[in-house]
Amino acid sequence: MKINRRTKTIGWLLLSAVFLVTVTLWGCFWREEALITDFSRKNLPPCREYPFGTDFMGRDMFVRTIAGLSLSIRLGILTAAASAVFAGILGICGAVLGKAADSFVTFLIDLVMGIPHILLLILISYACGKGFFGVVVGITLTHWTSLARLLRGEVLQLKNSQYIQIASRLGMGKLQIAAKHMVCHLLPQFFTGLILLFPHAILHEASITFLGFGLSPEDAAMGVILSESMKYLATGKWWLALFPGGLLTITVLLFHVLGDSVCKLLDPGSAHE
Amino acid sequence: MKEKQIQKFLMGILRVALLIFGVSAAAFFLLAISPIDPLQSNVGQGALGAMSQEQVEKLKAYWGADTPMIQRFFTWAWDFVRGDMGVSLLYRRKVSEILWEKAAGSLGMMALAWLLSGGMGFFLGSLAGAKQGKWQDRLITGYSLLMASTPAFFLALLLLMIFSVWLKILPVGFSVPVGVEASQVSFADRAVHAILPAAALSLTGISNIALHTREKMIEVMESDYVLFARARGEDTRRIIRRHCLRNIALPAMTLQFASVSEIFGGSVLVEQVFSYPGLGQAAVNAGLGSDVPLLLGITVVTAVLVFGGNALANLLYGMIDPRIKRGDGI
Repeated sequence: MKINRRTKTIGWLLLSAVFLVTVTLWGCFWREEALITDFSRKNLPPCREYPFGTDFMGRDMFVRTIAGLSLSIRLGILTAAASAVFAGILGICGAVLGKAADSFVTFLIDLVMGIPHILLLILISYACGKGFFGVVVGITLTHWTSLARLLRGEVLQLKNSQYIQIASRLGMGKLQIAAKHMVCHLLPQFFTGLILLFPHAILHEASITFLGFGLSPEDAAMGVILSESMKYLATGKWWLALFPGGLLTITVLLFHVLGDSVCKLLDPGSAHE
Repeated sequence: MKEKQIQKFLMGILRVALLIFGVSAAAFFLLAISPIDPLQSNVGQGALGAMSQEQVEKLKAYWGADTPMIQRFFTWAWDFVRGDMGVSLLYRRKVSEILWEKAAGSLGMMALAWLLSGGMGFFLGSLAGAKQGKWQDRLITGYSLLMASTPAFFLALLLLMIFSVWLKILPVGFSVPVGVEASQVSFADRAVHAILPAAALSLTGISNIALHTREKMIEVMESDYVLFARARGEDTRRIIRRHCLRNIALPAMTLQFASVSEIFGGSVLVEQVFSYPGLGQAAVNAGLGSDVPLLLGITVVTAVLVFGGNALANLLYGMIDPRIKRGDGI
């Protein structure tokens, strides 16, 4: 039996979804365990009992990595969702509410894109007094631009389409048209955009924490784990960076796969490929 | 026609100026509303308690904690426009001096990474697009997807582990050898120290450019004029050279200039890993040490570079694209 692309895509989608959900739930249970220190087992290289080795305080790196990934994924979902909603509102407002609103929104998009993400994240995290809150606000406020631009373009195109113009001639109000005709057209775009925001959100959360502006050093976060590992690299403790970083990369990669799969499945044009 | 073009040009400049003003204002107010007390984070709670009231007042004035926000912004902005960027609180020297010094340290490395990622990304992207579905395409898209998922600092850590700690063929960090006088550092020393940071930056930077170029290439390969060229009997090589590369040159240029911002963002992380004393590291130190003037200076200068890059791309567009040159307007 030959497997067609649609089946294969669904397979990939399920695989990555199962992996991500497992890691997220597993990490929630291990939140306490990730902080256990035991100096009788410090600096152990990977072995059967501790597959990722242990660090300088005798913490099990495997448990810490899973807990950190779980935290990253949960934070990623929160920030990506907030960011996507923000993008949706601004993108649609810009396209629907007339010229002044539109130029304001495009100005805002250009403004945010003019500062490199990391630098803007540093600024926002500083404004919020660093820590958890700073990361959430920072990632929400930096990641909406590309999706907002996409949605705005889409709405502008829709506005010129015949059925929208007919609806407006028939006397429907702007908001009524937006709710009845545009939202359902934009939802697929919105969802794929949302899922494709996750990888960026997770990467930037890890990065900003790595630099010391994000989550506090007591948390088992990916950025904290990797920035701690950096101090021990020169002494040959390669496992502290390799495994957590590798697993982080795999997680982000699976989010990409998930996004691509959803995108392919929602696209009616590819239904029989 | 000419007049219209000049008008458009002026509007463009006005827009960039407005954007730079917007960035400065946003950055300034973000830093100003911060609950982080510069006194406490730099002097320390203990030392602060031991000081007399008078000393504390003096310090407050030094860190500018007692003047209203709006007033401070306009004083700062006016000084900035006149070329006075203020004094860095951490280094106790002029911000402009520090910016020059740090920029001289890392701009070369960043430019190298920028050119490498642009060139390689364009080459790989057009190759993948031309061979859509073949093994070259799969390899390149696979690589790009993997790199897009790898945090830049993790890649930097990996490179450091492999080439510096394990193989011991490249230096562990810094931009010059340790324990050598500044006057004796040769260009070769600097170049060797820039290899790993530049590699980390460009290896990740390639993916975005390659993926976008591939997309454009596929679009062009499916176009009517390529089909017509094929019908005329042109071979693939010639089609790519005469039709495809010319048509994807414009979007590729926009991408290249838009990637200035990404390269800078990546350099913040990479410089941190390699302890490379450049603009990125200065930004992190300024943020951690509450050095508001320095952080503001870096933000505004970066924004100028990013917007300047975009404006340059638009200008080059006009020079390269025959349709715009003729004034047809698209």
